[in-house]
Amino acid sequence: MRRWFERGIVFWSWGSAVLLLAILLSLLSYLVYRGGGVVGIGLVFGDVPPFDALLLRRQVFSGLFPAIAGTFALVLLAVGLAVPVGLAAGIFMAEYAEGQIKWLLTVLFDVLAGLPSIVVGLAGFSLTLILHQMFPGRLGPCLLISALAIGFLILPYVIHSTQMALESVPPALRRTALALGATRLENIRQVLLPTRLPDLLGGVILAIGRAAEDTAVIMLTGVVASAGLPRSLFEQFEALPFYIYYISSQYADPRELQMGFGAAILLLVVCALLLVIAFIIQQTLSRRLSRF
Amino acid sequence: MSAHIFRLAAFASGFLTIAVFVMMLVLGWPLFTSGQFFAILTGEWRPSNELFGIFPMLVGSALVSVLALCFSLPVSLGTAFVVATLAPRPLRRAVQLMVRFMAGIPTVIYGFVAIFLLVPFMREQLTGGSGLNILTASLVLALLIAPTMIVFFVSGLQNVEERYRLAVDALGGRPVQKLLYLQLPQAWPEITAGIIMGLGRAMGDTLISLMLAGNSVAAPQAAVDSGRTLTAHIALVIAADFDGMQFKSIFACGLILYVFTAIVVMLLRLIIGRSMCQV
Repeated sequence: MRRWFERGIVFWSWGSAVLLLAILLSLLSYLVYRGGGVVGIGLVFGDVPPFDALLLRRQVFSGLFPAIAGTFALVLLAVGLAVPVGLAAGIFMAEYAEGQIKWLLTVLFDVLAGLPSIVVGLAGFSLTLILHQMFPGRLGPCLLISALAIGFLILPYVIHSTQMALESVPPALRRTALALGATRLENIRQVLLPTRLPDLLGGVILAIGRAAEDTAVIMLTGVVASAGLPRSLFEQFEALPFYIYYISSQYADPRELQMGFGAAILLLVVCALLLVIAFIIQQTLSRRLSRF
Repeated sequence: MSAHIFRLAAFASGFLTIAVFVMMLVLGWPLFTSGQFFAILTGEWRPSNELFGIFPMLVGSALVSVLALCFSLPVSLGTAFVVATLAPRPLRRAVQLMVRFMAGIPTVIYGFVAIFLLVPFMREQLTGGSGLNILTASLVLALLIAPTMIVFFVSGLQNVEERYRLAVDALGGRPVQKLLYLQLPQAWPEITAGIIMGLGRAMGDTLISLMLAGNSVAAPQAAVDSGRTLTAHIALVIAADFDGMQFKSIFACGLILYVFTAIVVMLLRLIIGRSMCQV
């Protein structure tokens, strides 16, 4: 009886793993089957010569270039906002915070990490409402608000990865510079951060992935289906994940739908690349750390 | 000096987290003062009759996420068994990489593929209608939360001292016996945590239910009914309306989701004392 039960467990476990693999493979192959044909330089730039598009000499109407540029600008801004704050907050959490303050902040950052992205989007939207009341007619949903909201979304991950990186420095290494007379800040800047640089970088790259893929936040804070290239912080913009969402319900012809699949492949490749880079960085780290 | 900057950054981040809650509370304040809050929680959604209850969305969210959990739990547990013990070492690593890759796939892509692959199948073979219903959404959501749960389960199962594992091996126990009688009994905290975390992610997801659940405003009676979740409701109302009680009601949705998240975080702290960020 027990033997049959154990056999059943083994069978079911392998079945689960194979099922997941099968779903993953069918998802990927379906994407390639439907969208593989359009992936190429034309998917991005349409019929405009790539060089002209990149130098902003001609506008791209039939390609993904505006959406890619929008996502790129958004991620750059959001990461630029979140990383300095997250790094500083993470250093505080690892090196300075103590007792109840540390407990309270940890809980708050946990809540922030767990907040559904639509709630973060709603917060960003509320911010525009409040700003709109303070400066009537000037500010609506726009790239800046989206970047602030996305930055807020990835902030807890940057804080957490910084904190974890610093806290995992071996005690011997942590105390050496201090014992030699270095100040706390010197120790952080010249010993702790450099030893853990790959770890910090890995955390930032994963945060980039999150910023690039999120759709719910930007849906509420300023993304639109057609806006052209992002021109200013205070205008609406296009983004790759929103384009995919939009196409899924609003495509007009098979060509557009195929572009949607192409966009999905593009976004997936970007996210996969980010994962791979983060993974490689972590691997080098674990090899380096084994020397201590 | 620099210590002050670090402290400022941390306190500001923490303060902003509280500020989000306060901001939603302030903007949704008319709901509370007019004594309608309870009515909104339990009432139905009929804007033409001045009824702005979000009860159907509460039911929708609960139904979608619990169903997703039911679909995902067996598969996640099985896969975690494979990763933790059953597979030979190199294969374990491969399955783990697969799980990490799945976690990295953007949500919108799951939804996009499901619309063209799963929805026609549901429409023609299983549920009829438009194919956009709670069952469809929860199936895809199950896939989305699986990596999260697997990561928790695996770390729980591997949380056994090496010498105990060697002892089982030395006694001639097979891997599955080691798994069932040594690793599983002590992994319950992590497994519970994984389940709570999975439920939290399922509740919080917007795109899948928005794209696949059908978004009808009537309270769903069955899994094959179309339904709307709290998250999708926020997205849909913002797209339609900027003013009035209809708009205010989305802050009630936001507050509920916020409080739910806080409860999830507290439960996780109580059970395993670990942070949510690690997945």
